[in-house]
Amino acid sequence: MNKLKKVTGMALFLPIFCMVLVMAVNIVYDAASGNFAFNFFTISIRNGVLYGRLIDILNRGSEIAILAVGMTLVVSASAGTDISVGSVMSLAASFCCMLLAGYGVSSTNDLAVPLFVGVLGGVLMGCLCGAFNGFLVAYLNVQPMVATLILFSAARAIGLLLCNNLIVYVRNDSFKFFGGYAGFMPTPIIIAAICVIITMVLLKKTALGLYIQSVGINKRASRIAGLNSAKIIFVCYVVCGLAAGIAGIVGASRISSADSNNIGLNYELDAILAVALGGNSLGGGKFNLAGSIIGAYTIQAITTTLYALGVSSDVAPVYKAVIVIIIVTIQAPPFKAYMKRLSARRALAKGGAAA
Amino acid sequence: MKRKLIGLLLCVAMTATMLAGCGSKGGDAPAEAPAADAPAEAPAEGGDDAEADADAPAASGDLITIGFAQVGHESDWRTASTKSCQDVFSEANGYDLQFVDCDNDSAVQLEAVRGFIEQDVDYIIIDPIVSTGWDTVLTECEDAGIPVIVIDRTIDDSDKYVSWVGSNFKTEGLAAGEWLKAYAAEKGITEINALVIEGSTGASATIGRTEGFKEIADREGWNIVDSQSGDFTQDGGAEVMESYCKSYEGKFNVVVCQNDNEAFGAMDAMKQAGVSYGVNGDVILISFDACTAGLEFVKSGDINADFECNPLAAPFVEEVIKTLASGGTPEKEVYMEEHWFVNEDILSTIEVNGETQNLTVVTDEIIAAQY
Repeated sequence: MNKLKKVTGMALFLPIFCMVLVMAVNIVYDAASGNFAFNFFTISIRNGVLYGRLIDILNRGSEIAILAVGMTLVVSASAGTDISVGSVMSLAASFCCMLLAGYGVSSTNDLAVPLFVGVLGGVLMGCLCGAFNGFLVAYLNVQPMVATLILFSAARAIGLLLCNNLIVYVRNDSFKFFGGYAGFMPTPIIIAAICVIITMVLLKKTALGLYIQSVGINKRASRIAGLNSAKIIFVCYVVCGLAAGIAGIVGASRISSADSNNIGLNYELDAILAVALGGNSLGGGKFNLAGSIIGAYTIQAITTTLYALGVSSDVAPVYKAVIVIIIVTIQAPPFKAYMKRLSARRALAKGGAAA
Repeated sequence: MKRKLIGLLLCVAMTATMLAGCGSKGGDAPAEAPAADAPAEAPAEGGDDAEADADAPAASGDLITIGFAQVGHESDWRTASTKSCQDVFSEANGYDLQFVDCDNDSAVQLEAVRGFIEQDVDYIIIDPIVSTGWDTVLTECEDAGIPVIVIDRTIDDSDKYVSWVGSNFKTEGLAAGEWLKAYAAEKGITEINALVIEGSTGASATIGRTEGFKEIADREGWNIVDSQSGDFTQDGGAEVMESYCKSYEGKFNVVVCQNDNEAFGAMDAMKQAGVSYGVNGDVILISFDACTAGLEFVKSGDINADFECNPLAAPFVEEVIKTLASGGTPEKEVYMEEHWFVNEDILSTIEVNGETQNLTVVTDEIIAAQY
C-alpha cells in the first residue's frame, strides 16, 4: 500500500499513466481483432532501419517534443504561452531552404551554400524570432499571447516572401538527413533526445532551472532577491525560438521542402497541450520538463493510435478531444486535491508526519 | 543602456527582415511587368497585337478593365492560376488587370469586389474563398451592370454570376477509376485492393475525387481497404501511409493519393517499409493535380498515373468574356480541359462518362510545358 502511494505520489505518475492508458487501447484492439496482442509494440529492423508503431510515435512526435522543451520554459518563466512557435518553425524552414536553394529557385538538387550554413541560418532565424518575442515580453511587458500573436500571423507570411511565394524543394540527400535516418535510427528521435538532454543537464547542473521557477512564481520578488527577471524571461523565449528553429529544420527535411503553409501548422496548440498534459500549470512557476516531453509523445501516441484503429478522418478530432478531456480531468487540481486529502487523512491516522 | 541598445537593434533587425521580405516582392513586380509586354512578344504574335500595344499608352481607355479577387498564394497551383490570369489579361492583350490577393480572408475578398464596383471595372473575376454569403455583393455587381465570372471554387447561395469556370473533380475521380480498370485488365490484375489517402475533409476536390473513384470501385467490385485524410500535405500523406503499411501489410496493391504532395509522402513511407511501388513495383500509385514535380515522378515511373487539375483558367475566362462582348450568352458551367498523364505507352485512351479521352505519356517537353 505504501509502495503504491509512493508511486502514485511521484510527479510523473499521472503523465506516464495517461500515456500507458492510450497505449493500452491498442493492446485491447489488437487482441480483439485477433492479432498478436502486442502487435502495436513490435519493433523490428526492416531495410536496415527501425520499423514499428512505437518508432513512428517517437519519430513523428519529435517536433512536438522539441517545441515542448522551449514551451515549458516559456510557460514557467512568463506564465504565458508562445503561440508563434508553429509559424516560427515555418519561417525557419523557409529561410533554411531559401539559403540552400538560392532566392527564387523553386526546386534544386544541388545546394547553393554548404549545408551547415543553411541549417545554422534557419536555427538562428528561430533564435531571432524568439529574441523578438522575448524582448516584447520581458522588456516591454507586453502580454505573452499578444506579443507572440505578432509572429504567429506574420512569420508564415515572411517565410512565403523569402521563398518568393513558392514551395521550395531541396532534393538533396544530405539535407534529407535531419528528417531521415542516422544509421538505423530515425534522426528526428536523436535530435529530440539531444535537445532534451542538453536542456535537462543545463537545468539540473546550473541554477537556471531554479531561477526560471522563481521568476515564474513571483517576478518582482525574484528581482528584489537579486535575479535579473527580465533577462531570464528573455532567455526562455530565445530558447523557445531556438527549439522552434530546430523543429522547423526537422519538419522541412522530412518533406525536403519548405512548404510554409503547412510546416508546423497548429503545432503551437499541440506544444501547449503537451505542457498541460505533462502536469504543468499554465500559470507559470514550478515545472516538470520530463512531464512535457511525455505529454508530447502522448499526443502523437493518440494520433498514431487513431490511424492504427482506422478511425475515419472525419471523426478523428472528436476521439482526440474525448481522450484529451479524460487525460486533463485525471490531472485536474480538484482530482489531485481529492487524492491529497485521502493521503493526508491516512497520514493523520498513523500519527506520523507526512514524508 | 547596453540592454536598451540591444533591444533597439533587435527591433531594427526584425523590421529590416520584414522590409526585406516586402522589398523583394515589390522588386518582383517591375521585373515581371516588362516581361509581360516585352516588345519582342507583340510582333511575334501578329500585327494586330503590335498595334494594340502601340495604342495602349496613348489611349488607355480602350483597355478592358478586369478585377480579379484571388484566394491567396498558398500553393504552386494557386501561383500558377494567378500567373495564368496575369499572362492572359496583360496590357499587350488589351486588358487592364486589377489583381487583389485576398490572403485567404473572405472579408478582404468582399471588400475587393466592392472596390471593383467603385472603380467601375468591365468584368469581375472571383475565386471565392467561401462558398456562401455572396448574394448581397453579387446583387450589387448586377445593379452596377458588371458581369461576374467565378473560377475554380463555387458559389452556392447565389446564381447572379455569368459563368463558372473550373475543374470537374468527380470526372477526375472517374477517370482515375476507368484508367485503373483498363490498366489492370491490360496487366492481368484481377483483384484490386485500394488504399485511399484523401485530401482535406470537406474540400470540394476531396469530395469529388472520392465520389468519382468510389463509383467505379463499386461498379467493378473493388475493395477499398481504407480511406483516411492526409490533408493534402506531404507530411500528412507520409504519416497515413506509414500507418497503412503496418495495418495492411501485403493486403493492398493500389494506393490513390488525392494530390501530388500526398503521393510524395506516401512514396517516402513505402520506401521505408520496403513496399515497391510504381511501374515496376507491386503497388500501383495514382495521384491527382499533375504539378511539375508530380509529372517528374510519373516520368521516372514512381507514380503510375497522374490526373490533372488544370489551374490555367484564364484562357477559358477570356473565351467567356469574348462571348459576352459579342453579345452572346456563355454557358453557366464551363469545365476546363484536363489531361491524364501516364508513364507507360500501353493504353492510349480511356472511356470516361461514355466519352473517349486521351492519355498522355509524360516526356521532358510535357514537364517543361506544365505549370
